[in-house]
Amino acid sequence: MPEPFTSLKSLPMPLIRDNIDTDQIIPSREMKSTGKTGLTDGLFAGWRYTEIGGREPNPDFVMNDPDFANSQIILGGSNFGCGSSREHAVWALAEYGFRVVIAPSFAPIFAGNCMRNGILPAVLDNGAIAEIENSQETVTIDLPGQQIRLHSGQTWSFPMDGESKMMLLEGLDAIDLSLKHADEIAIWQSADRAKRPWIYLGTRK
Amino acid sequence: MDKLWDSHVVTVPPGGGSLLAIDRVFLHERTGAAALNSLAEAGRKIVDPSRVFAVTDHIVDTRPGRTDQTLIPGGQAFITETRAAAEAAGITLFDVNDPDQGIVHVISPELGIVLPGCTLIAPDSHTCTQGAFGALAWGIGSSEAEHAMATGTLRLNKPKAMRVILNGKLSAGVTPKDMIMTLIARHGAAGGKGHAIEFSGEAATALDMEGRMTLCNMATEFSAMSGFIAPDEKTFTYLKGRRYAPKGNRWDDALSDWESLASDDGATFNQEIELNASNIAPMVSWGTSSEHSISIDDTVPGTAQIRPLEYMALNPGQSLQGTAIDAAFIGSCTNSRLSDLRRASALFKGRKIADGVKAVCVPGSSRVKREAEAEGLDQIFLNAGFEWRESGCSMCFFAGGESFDAGSRAISTTNRNFESRQGPNVKTHIASPETVVASAIAGKISDPRELM
Repeated sequence: MPEPFTSLKSLPMPLIRDNIDTDQIIPSREMKSTGKTGLTDGLFAGWRYTEIGGREPNPDFVMNDPDFANSQIILGGSNFGCGSSREHAVWALAEYGFRVVIAPSFAPIFAGNCMRNGILPAVLDNGAIAEIENSQETVTIDLPGQQIRLHSGQTWSFPMDGESKMMLLEGLDAIDLSLKHADEIAIWQSADRAKRPWIYLGTRK
Repeated sequence: MDKLWDSHVVTVPPGGGSLLAIDRVFLHERTGAAALNSLAEAGRKIVDPSRVFAVTDHIVDTRPGRTDQTLIPGGQAFITETRAAAEAAGITLFDVNDPDQGIVHVISPELGIVLPGCTLIAPDSHTCTQGAFGALAWGIGSSEAEHAMATGTLRLNKPKAMRVILNGKLSAGVTPKDMIMTLIARHGAAGGKGHAIEFSGEAATALDMEGRMTLCNMATEFSAMSGFIAPDEKTFTYLKGRRYAPKGNRWDDALSDWESLASDDGATFNQEIELNASNIAPMVSWGTSSEHSISIDDTVPGTAQIRPLEYMALNPGQSLQGTAIDAAFIGSCTNSRLSDLRRASALFKGRKIADGVKAVCVPGSSRVKREAEAEGLDQIFLNAGFEWRESGCSMCFFAGGESFDAGSRAISTTNRNFESRQGPNVKTHIASPETVVASAIAGKISDPRELM
């Protein structure tokens, strides 16, 4: 179950490139675990190390800059998280310690995976992201107020639907929430089985 | 889309979104064990295992004589753990050497698992391929797959509706792959964000089912939730008699339901895009995003960003035609079906691929492989110098540890040209099967229309 998310203060790590795909966030060859953990070394592996498959840090890559060693926020470019649906991208980000990605837009599957794992995908426009980067200040993420605030006081609002906000704030398990509707689901299925019997492949219990 | 969506809304819970009934779930060995084991550890049961399927396609070896061993270190555990978890959960697995094994989006239609009007999800972004059957089919993460198995539903917001009208008629040598690449090149890799896309118009409906799958396959590269085409006679003819498709009276009942699924004349869309298919030429990608594509007659744009140009070792204004290649790949859920292999192999006419080019053909399913072999297509590929493999996702993404040589330049029928997607620093140009064959023969990126 994801940790509840309330507010967070951190120096954001700028990685402002458009179309950062989940193959870059974690390459297929780095998905060595059949579970959801043990993935941090693979995070951004193609950019983070000097060689493919190696572990020698590439000093030019921002993750290896000591200033951002404890950053919990990524500043990204548009269409962040596009490509493969692999949830390992989000598991690796979360395991490493990132809790927020701020970008002008997100690929939909990636954004959904973030919400299910306690990571906030916050949408701000390019201008705001550039200002945050240039300020080199810590920022405060206020999820209840849906605001991102610079240390110097400048503030932006970000959009978020009610369900996702509630899930992140309370660290709720989506399956538990939906299972509260188990009776309604059973009634729906029973009616649907009469309407569309060809959908149901098993024998009736 | 409205009809399909509304008919699947179970309830509208407080807080937003809808609980949408999910008719089919398809897992694969890359994430199947994680999802099934996580459910089991939480003590949760699959609501209806008869509607959950799994297949080994993502990292399974495609070299002849394969076993559970993979070239990727530790890959075998993904296969054996998925097998054990599938058995424990009582779901249907199409295992490594099952005659029905193949890429999930190729075998699901072959087996009649996807049906018009159904909702189908898989932890694979190219699940939108199956929208070609008039289904709402889309890719999700592993947690969402667990949710669907445990509750029979997913909670989500209704996507916006987009209609892409494909007018005119494709010219000879131009394919549905070129159509979808043109759409993305013109409207951007995020052009379909937040939308489910209905492909319509004469150039869409003129396609056979396999062409429609290619078209819908890359809706995710357009950032859309899904793409789909209203079902018609071609859809019904394709599905009739397939293993999991309804039979007898049930088929007749289903058919009358499916016939009512087409968009009404007065249907409204949040966005509409028109494309004239008659003006489309073979497309080739030049960069590292699906939007970085140009017609084969064109040159790399002067406005191109530096990073993808540097990665691809290309210059603005450069023509792609004539660029030397090291590798060629035919396969993936985009272009690995029988019609793709027929059209591609017909271009050889006894010619061989250029010296020094590593060329691999991976049929989309074990069935496609058998059918191609029955027609002698395997011999055409082999005689030309291609490798002929067992079915799987293979080198679409460095699967099973296979890759092209570091830094090499490949032309590929796959859907993604991301950095290092097909191997360390491999430069991928995506294109149609025809363009891949023409380029493999010439040893450089070439226009397939010149071979026709």
